[in-house]
Amino acid sequence: MSEDILFKLTHVTKVFGIGDKQVKAIDDVSLEIRKGEIFGIIGMSGAGKSTLVRTLNGLEKVSGGTVFFEGQSLNEMKGREIRKARQSMGMIFQGFNLMKQKDALRNVELPMKISGIGKKERRQRALEMIRTVGLEEKVKAYPSELSGGQKQRLAIARALTMRPKVLLCDEATSALDPKITLEILNLLQDINIRTGITIIIITHEMDVIEKICSRVAIIDNGKLSETGEVTQIFTNPQSLATKRLVFPSKETEMPFDMTDRRCLRIVFDGHSARETIICNLVEETGEKINILAANTKSVAGQGFGQMIIELPDRKEGGEKVLEYFRKHGVHAEEIREEE
Amino acid sequence: MVQIIIKGFVETLEMTLISVLAAYVIGMPFGILLAVTGRGGIAENRAVSFIIGTIMNIARSIPFLILLVLLIPFTRLAVGTSLGTEATIVPLTVGTIPIVARMVEQSLHEVDPGVIEAAKSMGAGNFRIIWDVIIPEAGPSLLRGTSINTATVLGYSAMAGFVGGGGLGDIAIQYGYYRYETDILLLTVAILILIVQLIQGIGDHTAIKITH
Repeated sequence: MSEDILFKLTHVTKVFGIGDKQVKAIDDVSLEIRKGEIFGIIGMSGAGKSTLVRTLNGLEKVSGGTVFFEGQSLNEMKGREIRKARQSMGMIFQGFNLMKQKDALRNVELPMKISGIGKKERRQRALEMIRTVGLEEKVKAYPSELSGGQKQRLAIARALTMRPKVLLCDEATSALDPKITLEILNLLQDINIRTGITIIIITHEMDVIEKICSRVAIIDNGKLSETGEVTQIFTNPQSLATKRLVFPSKETEMPFDMTDRRCLRIVFDGHSARETIICNLVEETGEKINILAANTKSVAGQGFGQMIIELPDRKEGGEKVLEYFRKHGVHAEEIREEE
Repeated sequence: MVQIIIKGFVETLEMTLISVLAAYVIGMPFGILLAVTGRGGIAENRAVSFIIGTIMNIARSIPFLILLVLLIPFTRLAVGTSLGTEATIVPLTVGTIPIVARMVEQSLHEVDPGVIEAAKSMGAGNFRIIWDVIIPEAGPSLLRGTSINTATVLGYSAMAGFVGGGGLGDIAIQYGYYRYETDILLLTVAILILIVQLIQGIGDHTAIKITH
């Protein structure tokens, strides 16, 4: 196995229940997570992504297939070995999962206490970690006295105190508002750059993936529906599940009824965004189009624009527009209602 | 008379506190076992949970007065007599163990499963999780349980007066009931009420103070 692979999953399956009531939470998932990358796992709620991340640290035992951590199979590890392995994996959660009856300092000390580190060193390292996440003024505060963002910062400090090789984030920003989400994501990115720690992010929000992940796996109904570079997935989504996540949702972002209209999603990458592509389109084809929605965003550090346009009613007009985009290397895809 | 009442008061406190302490020393491990082996517990084990649960239920079903009588031979064996304060501590303790076990189990069940999962993700073993996570998190709830149990034991200790168990209950029976000295009866009851209030008050106050 290659040196730079941290996790390797081969045909991992997880079945819950017995007999007729069996549910496949994970269905034959194979993927590799590289050292040092920020890897996203995205899917709708109930898709199996939280179960999947728990197979990585053995909190869930797999029903089939193998999870390798640094080339070693988790399946074959005994209780003590797996606990040892977990000490090199930090984890943060949607609900923060801090000890309510312990102050910030003691919360951060807990993983070190578990692995038998002496009191003096524990205290010193905990203080250091609390400073790293910017909570030095809250050392003596209890979780109930902290805001959601502060609680997650504290949880991050706790997860990193054992200097783990990987940080598993299970919907870590889902309980936070957009501004705080951004702060937490920036902190994670910062830590990734500074320490080279691998970060695995589980989320149902494409925005989170676009913001900091380099590669992503899309999980749908327990199956891996697509995996690859985030920019690739964003510009050219292949599977239906991915399209659902990448396209602006019709209910929230589209104030129009799109039935009976031919609509197109076009994605500009950093280069074509500088050209006057729509203007040229009208000049070159003589067809008029209607812009329904447009935005620009940064995906994996790269600027992208996306636009939903309505094609002319006449079929040949629509074809001309499609041909124009193809010629100019702009990714364009028709949005179909049944999706 | 005042001296008799003071003596009774001291005996009652002695019986209650020693019994509660002994019942926690023995009952708490059973409560922990019930919590961790129960459904969804960190060491789920149906057989262990069922056996301990059943024993606790049977013990809890026996009315205290009956238990008092049933345990006389055992009490004689343990403390050499079946009369007086020391003799009462034995059935009081035995009768309180199952209550403590269930109360502890209940308190531990209230601990957020997310915190336990977090501890597991840090590589904690079951013993660590119980000692460093579950018990501290259940602290305030355990304390509230303790004040309720102490008040219950106080009530039982008064019942023991019927079989010569000493303490305020004994005085209430001897003087108040058999000799129709109603004022003494009322006085002992008033003192018992005061003690219960005090225990509950201290318990609640401390629980609020240590809850974060």
